[in-house]
Amino acid sequence: MIASAFKRAKTLPLSGKVGLTLVLFWLAVALFGPMLAPYPVGAFVAYDVFEGQSAAHWLGSDYLGRDVLSRLLSGARYTVGLAAAAAMLASATGTALALTAAVGGAKVEEPLSRFMDMLISIPSKIFSLVLVAAFGSSLPLLLLIAAITYVPGNYRIARALAVNLAQMDYVQVARARGEGRFHIAITEILPNMIHPLLADFGLRFVFIVLLLSGLSFLGLGVQPPDADLGSLVRENISGLGEGALAILAPAVAIATLTVGVNLLIDALPGRGKGR
Amino acid sequence: MMEKPHVEVKGLTVTARNAAGERFPIVSGIDFALQRGEVLALIGESGSGKTTIALTLLGHARPGATIAGGSIRVGDAEISTLDRSALAELRGNRIAYIAQSAASAFNPSRTIMDQVIEPAMIHGLMPRATAEAKAVDLFRALALPFPDTIGARYPHQLSGGQLQRLMAAMALITDPELVILDEPTTALDVTTQIEVLRAFKAVVLERGATAIYVSHDLAVVAQMADQIVVLSQGRIREAGAAAQILHAPADDYTRTLMAAARPAIRPTPVKVALPAAAPLLEIRNVTAGYGRIGKDGLPRVPVLRNINLTIERGGTLGVIGESGSGKSTIARVIAGLLRPASGQVLLDGEPLPPGLDGRSREQFRRIQLVFQNADTALNPAHSVGQILARPLAFYAGLKGNAAHLRVLELLDLIRLPASLIDRNIGGLSGGQKQRVNLARALAADPQIILCDEVTSALDTVVGAAILELMAELRRELGIATMFISHDISTVRAICDDILVLYSGTMVETGPRTAFATAPFHPYTNLLIGSVPEMRTGWLEESHAGAAPPPIGAAGDHPDLCRFLPRCAARVDGLCNITPPPRHGLDKGSAGASRILCHHGDESLIAS
Ligand SMILES: Nc1ncnc2c1ncn2[C@@H]1O[C@H](COP(=O)(O)OP(=O)(O)OP(=O)(O)O)[C@@H](O)[C@H]1O
Ligand code: SF4
Ligand SMILES: [Mg+2]
Repeated sequence: MIASAFKRAKTLPLSGKVGLTLVLFWLAVALFGPMLAPYPVGAFVAYDVFEGQSAAHWLGSDYLGRDVLSRLLSGARYTVGLAAAAAMLASATGTALALTAAVGGAKVEEPLSRFMDMLISIPSKIFSLVLVAAFGSSLPLLLLIAAITYVPGNYRIARALAVNLAQMDYVQVARARGEGRFHIAITEILPNMIHPLLADFGLRFVFIVLLLSGLSFLGLGVQPPDADLGSLVRENISGLGEGALAILAPAVAIATLTVGVNLLIDALPGRGKGR
Repeated sequence: MMEKPHVEVKGLTVTARNAAGERFPIVSGIDFALQRGEVLALIGESGSGKTTIALTLLGHARPGATIAGGSIRVGDAEISTLDRSALAELRGNRIAYIAQSAASAFNPSRTIMDQVIEPAMIHGLMPRATAEAKAVDLFRALALPFPDTIGARYPHQLSGGQLQRLMAAMALITDPELVILDEPTTALDVTTQIEVLRAFKAVVLERGATAIYVSHDLAVVAQMADQIVVLSQGRIREAGAAAQILHAPADDYTRTLMAAARPAIRPTPVKVALPAAAPLLEIRNVTAGYGRIGKDGLPRVPVLRNINLTIERGGTLGVIGESGSGKSTIARVIAGLLRPASGQVLLDGEPLPPGLDGRSREQFRRIQLVFQNADTALNPAHSVGQILARPLAFYAGLKGNAAHLRVLELLDLIRLPASLIDRNIGGLSGGQKQRVNLARALAADPQIILCDEVTSALDTVVGAAILELMAELRRELGIATMFISHDISTVRAICDDILVLYSGTMVETGPRTAFATAPFHPYTNLLIGSVPEMRTGWLEESHAGAAPPPIGAAGDHPDLCRFLPRCAARVDGLCNITPPPRHGLDKGSAGASRILCHHGDESLIAS
C-alpha cells in the first residue's frame, strides 16, 4: 500500500508534489511538534519581547518573551487536528445525508434539503459567536461549530453528484436486480463520487482552518494557555508595526498549510476510480 | 483543371504506444481529398481506424495516440501545425463533430437549449436570442417533436434517438464549414434515420458545408456520400466514387462488408411446448407513463396505452418501434422500475407487484434487464469480476472460490478471456462491454431477459456476433427473451413473435413469418420501406416518409389512430373521426397478424 501510494505520488505534477510536501510537513509538525519544541510552551525564556531571529530562538520571541518556535510547534496540532477532525465530520455527515437523500426519494430529500438550505443561510461567524457566547469556548464545541457550519456545503455538492449518479443506467440495473438502498448508495454511487469529494474535503479543511484561526483571532477560539495558529497571530498583533517574526511566523504557517492542501487536491488525478 | 480541394489529407499516420512502450501505427498512409460541398464516407468495421482518422481533422488524437506524420489541411488551415488555442478556435466553430453516442455527450443537469447553443455562445458568434431561434429552426429541420419547447427539457426526459438529433443541432448551430459525422445514425431507428439523412443532406447542400461521414453501414453511406473510402486495419482498401464502390467493388474486403450488412434469418428454435401452463410472462392492459397520475387515471406524460403481450418459455418476442415509442418503457414496467398506471404484469400466471417494492428476490432473479448502452449500464468504479460476482452473491449466496469459478464460467460462456476479470470497465471495447452486460444478466440464472437495443450502439460485425451469441445461449439455456430493437431486419431475423409499437400503442402483432409478407399495417409498411437499400439514389426515390394525403381536421376522440398525422393510407372522414378497430389480417400460409387500423386486407394491398 505504501509502495503504491509512493508510486502515485511520483506521478503528481510539480505543484502537487509541493502541496504534498507541505501537507506532510504540517502533519509531521502536528504529530511530533510538541516533542521537538526546544522550550516549554508557556515559559518566559527570552530576555526581550519581539526579539528577532537568533541561535537560541530560531523564530525569535513573542510579546511576552516566549519562544515562538516552541509555541508554533505546539500550536499547529490544534489547528491541523481540529480542522481535519471537523472537516472529516462535516464531509462524512454531509455525504451520508446526501446519499440518503439521493436514494430515499422525494419524501426524504425535500425536508433534508430545506433543512440544509436553512443551515447554510446562517452566517458562520455569527453562528459561532452565538454558540461560543452561550456555552463558552471549548475544543469539542469548536469542533462541532466547524463541522455544523460546513455540513450543508458538502451536502449540496454530494447531493448534486449523487442525484446525477442515481440516474445512471447501472443504478437502474441494480434497482431492478432488487438491491437495497444501502447497497446502491455505498457500492454503486459512492465509489464514483470519491474524487470530487476528496477535492471538497480539502476545501472544507482550508475553510475550517481559516474559520478557526478567525475565531481564535477574535479571542473566541482555543483558549490560553493553549494556542492554535490563529491565536498566535492575535496575541502578537502588537508586533505588527515592527514586522516581528512572532506574527509573521504563524501567519506564514497558516498560509503554507492552506496553500499546500489546495495544491495537493488540485493535482490529484482527474478521475476517482474508487481504488 | 480541378480547383484546389477544400479538405486534403496526405500520408496521414497515427501511432499509439503498446504495453512495451513501442510505437506502432494504428492508421497509416491515408490519403484523400474532397471539394467544397462534397461528402466523403469513411467506412470499415470496428477498430478499422475510422474515428481515429475523423478525429485528426480536429487535430485530436485519443490519449496515448499521436499524429505521427502527414498533412491535414482544411480550407486554409494546416491542422497538424496549429497550436492548442488555434485548434480550440476551430473546433465546434468551423469544424463540428457529431459523435456516435449522444446520451453520454449531454450534461444531465442542464437544459437541452443551453447545451445546443453553447458552441455559438463559447465562440461569441451571435446573441443568445438569435442562437435560440436558429436552434428551433434546426430542431424543426431535424424533425424533432415540439421544436418550440423541446429546448426546455432535460436530457433524461428524451429518448436516445431524440438526443442524437439534438446533438446534430448542436453541431450545426455555428454553420461549420466541415462537419464530421461519426456514425450519427447508428443508434437511430430507420424511420428517423431516413428523415435525419434527408435533413443532413439538405443542410450540406444548402450551406455548402463539406462533410466527412463515418459509418459501418454501406447502405446508409450509399445515400450520403459522393466518395467512399473503405478502411480495414488502419489502411485504405479501396477508395473511389460512391457508385463505383457500391456497384463494382474491386476489393474482396468491400464485398465481405456488403455481405455482413444484412443479418441472415435464423431457423426458429424448437419451442418447448408445455401445454396448459400459463405463459412465462404476460402483460395485460398496461397503461403507463411518467409523472403524477391524474384524475382520469392517466399519467402526466402518458407513454404506453393498453399493452397486451405474452412470452412463452424459451420464446422470443421482438418489440419494434421508433425512438420514443415506449419500447424501453415496456421493459421498465416489467422490471418494476416504473409502476404502470393501470394493468398487470404476470409472471408464470401470478401477478407481480407493480413497482419494485414487494417483489421477492426470487421474482427479481427470474427477470433480468440488459440495457441499451453498455457504457452507462456498467459501473465504471467496478471491475468485470465484481460486476459478475454481485448477482451470484445476491441471488445464490455464492462467495469466495465458488463465485470465482462461476465468474470464470460466465466469461467463458460469453467468449471473453479470463484475464479480463480484474479489468476495469473503462478498459473494455464496446463489444466486450456489451458481453459483460449480458453476462451479468445470465449470472442471475434468469427465465427471461429483457434486452433493450443491445446491439444498436455496436457496428454490424460486432453486433452480429452478439446476436449469434444470444441465439446460442437461448438454444442452450432455454431463456426467454424480449428483444427490443428499432431495426426490423434484426427483429425479423431472430424473433418468433413481433410486436410493432407506435407512440405507445400496439399497431401490429403476429408471428415472424407474417412480417415477411404484405399486406402490413401502414406503419409497419413505413418501417420496412425505410430500411435503406444498398444503392445510390435510393433516398431520393424512396416514398417512405413522404407527405401523407391531405385530410380534414381530426376529431377530439382520445382513441383516434395515433399514426394519423404521418399515415400515407389515411382515409378522410374515417381515420380522423372514428377510432380504428383491432382486427386480424390474414396473410395466407404466412399466418396472420392483428392490426389496429381501419383498412382490411384488400384495401391495404391497394394503397
Ligand atoms: N423520466 C421521464 N419523464 C418524462 N418523459 C419521459 C421520461 N422518460 C421517458 N420519457 C418519454 O417517454 C417516451 C418513451 O420513452 P422510451 O424510452 O420508452 O422510448 P423508446 O421507444 O425506448 O425510444 P428509443 O428507441 O429512443 O430508446 C419518450 O417520448 C420520452 O421522451
Ligand atoms: S387507421 Fe387510418 S390513419 Fe391509422 S394507420 Fe390505418 S389508415 Fe392510417
Ligand atoms: Mg429505449
